[in-house]
Amino acid sequence: MLDDYRTLGLVGGVLAVLAAATTIGQWLKRQSDIGINPALVESFNLRIRAWWLMCTVLAAAFLLGPASRVATVVLFGLISFWALREFITLTPTRLGDHRTLFWVFFLFTPLQYVLVGLGMEYYGLFSVLIPVYAFLFIPARVALAGDYKRFLERTAKIQAGLMVCVYCLSYAPALLSLKIENYEGQNPRLLFFFVLVVQLNDVLQYAWGKLLGQHVITPTISPNRTWEGFFGGAASAALIGTALWWATPFKPWEAAAMSLVVAAMGFAGGMTMSAIKRDRGVKDYGTLVVGHGGVLDRIDSICFAAPVFFHLTRYFFGVN
Amino acid sequence: MRRYWFRLAGPPPEPLLGVRVGAARSRARGWDVCDARQAAATRGPRAAIEPGATGEPAPSYSNEQPTMTGTLLAVIARVLSGASVRWIDCQPDTCQRVYFANHTSHLDAIVLWSTLPSSLRGMTRPVAAKDYWEKGAVRRFMARTFNALLIDRTDIKVHQSPVDLMLREIGDKQSLIVFPEGSRNTEAEIGEFKSGLYYLAKKRPDLELVPVHIDNLNRVLPRGEFLPVPLLSLVTFGPPMWLESGEPKTAFLERAREAVRRLKDL
Repeated sequence: MLDDYRTLGLVGGVLAVLAAATTIGQWLKRQSDIGINPALVESFNLRIRAWWLMCTVLAAAFLLGPASRVATVVLFGLISFWALREFITLTPTRLGDHRTLFWVFFLFTPLQYVLVGLGMEYYGLFSVLIPVYAFLFIPARVALAGDYKRFLERTAKIQAGLMVCVYCLSYAPALLSLKIENYEGQNPRLLFFFVLVVQLNDVLQYAWGKLLGQHVITPTISPNRTWEGFFGGAASAALIGTALWWATPFKPWEAAAMSLVVAAMGFAGGMTMSAIKRDRGVKDYGTLVVGHGGVLDRIDSICFAAPVFFHLTRYFFGVN
Repeated sequence: MRRYWFRLAGPPPEPLLGVRVGAARSRARGWDVCDARQAAATRGPRAAIEPGATGEPAPSYSNEQPTMTGTLLAVIARVLSGASVRWIDCQPDTCQRVYFANHTSHLDAIVLWSTLPSSLRGMTRPVAAKDYWEKGAVRRFMARTFNALLIDRTDIKVHQSPVDLMLREIGDKQSLIVFPEGSRNTEAEIGEFKSGLYYLAKKRPDLELVPVHIDNLNRVLPRGEFLPVPLLSLVTFGPPMWLESGEPKTAFLERAREAVRRLKDL
């Protein structure tokens, strides 16, 4: 994979952008008299540091050679596990849910990723394990524990956490085993393209919103998300996605359309998670990555975009 | 006058008492507590609890240095409990301290211990129940690794009170982790504190009492469960406190409880 100039170009480009951002951030830090809020610069620098961390881990998982697919699946499995911890930590459960949660964490989460790792032959089971079997198991196990207080609410919360943090996210590493016409052996690049577009869309929506934001979309959920930010971010993410069409199995206009869909889904994910955070009265999900609230705050858009990106790619470009 | 002379000439009737008053006074004069501790130490206050005086065995300072298994278990405990740590108006210090916390899970002692810096872990000993931690090889091994100070709840005598045992074991070097609620609490509210903390503070006024609040660990391993669910927890260390001179027992215990409770909302 290392002798593949397209992959090298993609990874090298990202590293170059990150290096440039780091330089700018450090330069801004040393300028005290240009009238930028130092807190903003500090948070910018912290974000970049966290980005380096994520990029290093992702790149290491991609570049491991023959073991890279397994490594990537395990990596996403761990991310799911941590995101689910954050989700359930913020969701009030009762003592009666304890054993259900044990199975959710130690059976359904690993099993989902084992199925992803086994490849497309297990796609049938992979795609129904959590929506059907976990859905049936959770309420039954909670009922067995004998605590009926707020029963439907509690089971729904556990199921929602499992769907968002595990099921939806597992579609991202599942891209690696997707069979695509004239694209054999190049799937890691598609995953990289996907993650890159989603994350850039996040940053760009934030940046456009800060620059031009006027019309807040839903003030009760997120006062930072504006229509200007949304359209500006989606448009620029689509532009970048189009410019990177050579890394994907798509034609330029297809890459643009895919990027737009991904941008819209990423936005939807951010809004949904913000609504949950609002309800729970917190700002961030956790404190693991410095500068980024929690793992779940970083992957909410990936969680929402991954299944749609996977299904569109499979439907239009897949080989049966 | 005659009584006064007697006290000057004869052996002090209760050396510990004299020191206690001295240390309390020194704090009343606004000295730093660590100074008070040193001042007390130079005056040889430990006479009553030194081995020679009571014929008890010397304190056993095993595991002074962080061991590899200790570090490993601390890392496992940290990962499993997802514990993040906050120090509010308090810093890690080698001062002799008593960390007192709310008690909701068997993991409390281990997690609190593992959130301390590794340099402090070797000299900080969780106080735990002997009947629980000596059952089975695994628990015994863990208790030894954490250098736990095991108290026999069924065998409490007047001359061998747990507080005396604790003070003798820590000597003038180690710190303690205690759970003044006694047993694990299943209610949302923190339970009434048992009086041990008060007597610790009374007999050794130089110890810093550090309130600690442990959040969400009861969901990781609730009472009556044996399989943990790896949620995230939060350990908050608060500002040290001491027994005020003349403070009644109930008032002190209530103040200590409130000190733990207020950390939850910070």
